[in-house]
Parts: sequence; structure tokens; C-alpha cells
Amino acid sequence: MTTAGRGIQSALEPAGMQAEKIADLWQFFLVVCTVVYVLVIIFLLAALFRRRPEIVPKAVSPRVRKAVIAATGLTVITLFALLTASIFTSRGIADVPDRAIQIAVMGRQWWWQVEYDDRDKSKRVTTANEITIPVGVPVTLHLRSSDVIHSFWVPNLHGKRDLIPGKNATTLTIRADRPGVYRGQCAEFCGYQHANMALWVTALPMAEYAKWLEDARKPSKIPSTAEERKGQDVFMNSPCPLCHTIQGTPANGKTGPDLTHFASRRSIAAGSYPNNRGYLGGWILDAQHLKPGAYMPSIMLEQGELQPLIAYLESLR
Amino acid sequence: MKRIPLVALLLCLFFVACEREERRFREMPAAAGRRNTERLTSLVPGPYTADIKVDNPYGYNAYAISEGKRLFTWYNCQGCHGNGGGGMGPPLMDARWRYGADPEQIFATIVEGRPNGMPSFRGKIPEYQVWQLVAYVQSLSGNVPKDAAGGRQDNMQVRKQEQALPDLEPEREAAPQQ
Repeated sequence: MTTAGRGIQSALEPAGMQAEKIADLWQFFLVVCTVVYVLVIIFLLAALFRRRPEIVPKAVSPRVRKAVIAATGLTVITLFALLTASIFTSRGIADVPDRAIQIAVMGRQWWWQVEYDDRDKSKRVTTANEITIPVGVPVTLHLRSSDVIHSFWVPNLHGKRDLIPGKNATTLTIRADRPGVYRGQCAEFCGYQHANMALWVTALPMAEYAKWLEDARKPSKIPSTAEERKGQDVFMNSPCPLCHTIQGTPANGKTGPDLTHFASRRSIAAGSYPNNRGYLGGWILDAQHLKPGAYMPSIMLEQGELQPLIAYLESLR
Repeated sequence: MKRIPLVALLLCLFFVACEREERRFREMPAAAGRRNTERLTSLVPGPYTADIKVDNPYGYNAYAISEGKRLFTWYNCQGCHGNGGGGMGPPLMDARWRYGADPEQIFATIVEGRPNGMPSFRGKIPEYQVWQLVAYVQSLSGNVPKDAAGGRQDNMQVRKQEQALPDLEPEREAAPQQ
């Protein structure tokens, strides 16, 4: 438990108001249940060691009757205490102001699509597997699924919430109270690569968040070197644009992750591998080796096409 | 009586091993499509030999056929062919074939395109996925084994699932003149 409590993906190290309340509740339950458990064991052992001759009493003695009544009463009171604590925690978690940032999260086999809504369509931002939020501001996530039931869980920030296909979005409001990077995972078995469906939540101070959002709204960077230009041509002439979008180019596929600012992301394949040149090359050529069953096909490229393609993708900051 | 569980277990193993259920994530089928795609002319140098028939490597694989069904939507085939019933493009669930019903002919139709609107997906879809699409297109007219054909729809059901479609004998249909 002490080791589980370290790090970027832990319900015991809350970084937000809701996670803190949930952690407090958990601690309270732990203490109460430990005390109850120890008491039960003590009485059990006492009963075993202080065994009396086997005589069936004709009537229950008043002493035993009192003890049973007291124990029952104590149990009821304890259970009600736990219930009350639980209800107050639930209410406390739900008690967040209305004016919140709205982000649409779509669970897909096996990655997360993240969309920052805006009335002005040109200001909408689509990204994948990473959610950037400001510190101290409630953020409402609208959770939907495109295929099967997923569950959104970033333990440092909040509890789990299911994403149900064919249904209106479920919502989850989170508030990060200290800056940092927190890891989350799908918490509902959703198929072959369920274990490799992770995401990152980055909490930034408001000013940095505003800067990030402004950058994210920009179209993709125009290739500046000959190699990057060749890479862009390779991208456009290979299967890539049938599934991926790069804003500012003709690539507008909708079934794969948006790659407009791909190079700014921490990982590839939904948190499966670090986003670096080596893994990226492997992912393009043989995704089915790195993540069998994922919907990214292994791509056959001609000789001399891979390096320019990687150079282009790495330029998409 | 005692042997029944053992026999059942062996039967289970038998079905686990069957080709219908195999999930071949990393397969790159041999470049069968390339050699046998239809030629633009019937003139061929050298001695005449009949084309070698190509079997779809995925013709009897439930996973590949269901992948083909997913890709049919993802690559927007249904944008023209509807759910197999046709629309801007010809229907795929009837017996009539303008450009042939053999696997290599369907492969050529997808990869090379056809006059009057079928785009060429050459280089746009990895070859093994084209074969998966071919298997699904075949399943739309009952031309794959029934036990491997799809049995469910994720969307509103506008036609019977592929398992329940009749097994149609392919007929030749003349392509429309422009």
C-alpha cells in the first residue's frame, strides 16, 4: 500500500479536490474497518480461549442479552456513520460551480479522443490521449464511447466514470489543485488492448494553459526542410490520411487520432510507448507487433520513405 | 459417461484451433493480388496460360471478415455502396457483378478502381486490409462459408446479417456505358 501510494497514478496521492475527498473517505473507512476487524478477532479469540463446559442454558442470561443488544446497536451506528460519510463525500464531490471548461472525451478501441469545444468552430481543438487543464478551475468532461463500454479513471483527480456507447455523454467534473502530470487508464475491460489504453492529464497554471490552448488552435506547422516536405508527400500518398487528420493539410481522416500537433505529445499508441524516433518508426512499420489488434495497420513503405516521414511527423509541434 | 467431459474438452481444443477463429494480426498475405490483377488488355506475350486462381487468404476467417466489415465503414465504402444495397455505387448484395466475383477481381476493383466512379485505393489501403474487404464483400452475397460470415450489426439493421443472406450464384452484368 505504501508503494502503491507513490506517483503519477495513485488514488492515495490526490491532486484535486474530488480525489482528496475520496481519499479522505477511504482513510476513514480503512480506520473504522480496521478497528472493527481487530475487535471482532479479539472477541473471537477470547471466546475460543475462555471456553466453558457445554451446558445448554435454558434461558439467555440478562448479561448476554445486554451484550448482544449493545453490539448490534454499535454495529448499526458504525454502519450509519460510514453511510453518512459516504453521502457527504458524494455531495461534496458533486458540489462544483457551473462555469467550467467543457471538454469532450471519446473512448475508442484503444485510445482517447479529446476535443475542446468552442462556439467558434475554428477555435475547436482536437487531440488524443492527453488532456491539458488549468489548475484550480473545474473542468467538465463529457464522456462518450464510439464502440464498447470504457471507463475513464485518473486516480489522482477523481473516481471512475463509464463511457457508454449509443447513449448521451456521461459527465465528470475534475479540478486539479496542483500542477503536474497525472496518468489515467481505461478501467473497464474493453477488448484486446484494454491494458494499453492510457492517457495523461497535464495540469498547468492558468497563464500557461492559455498559451497552450492558443498554440493548439493553430494549424500544423508547414514543413520547412526538403526532408520534411518529402515526408509530408509520403504521408499524403500512403494510407495515413484515410484515418488521420492534420489541420492545415488535405489529410482529414476521422477514425484515427488527430496528428496536428503530434510531436508535442508524450507518448504514442495511447500511453503504450514514449514518443521518440525509434518507437515511432516501429509503430508505423509494424504497429501490430507493438500493439497487436490495434486498428493501426502495419504500413508498407518504399525504401527511403520512412526517415522523411518520421522527420515530418516530428516537426508537428 | 465418464468420457463425455474429456470428449467435450477435446472438441473445444479442436474448435480453438480452427481457422475460422484465428486472429492473424501480423499477416502480410503473399502478393497474390499483384500478379493476378486483371490486365487492361487481353494481349499477353509468351505462351498462353490460364490465370492461376487465387484464394482469398481470409475467405474462411471470421475475424478477418468482421474486420472487413469495420473497414467498409472506416474507408467510406458505404458512402457509395450503402450497407451493401447500393446508392451512388452499385449494390454488392445481389448476384450481378460488373467486374467479376472472383477474389482477385474484387481485389483489382478496389486497388485499381473502375470506370464510372470507383476510385483506385492503390497505396491507400494496406494489402492485407484489401483482402479483408474482399472477404467482407464476398460475404454480402453469401460467397463465404456461412459459419464465418458476420452475425451481428452494430447499427440499425437495414438488411439481414451476412450469415442470413442467400448464397447467390454470381452472374455477369455489363458495365454501364458512359
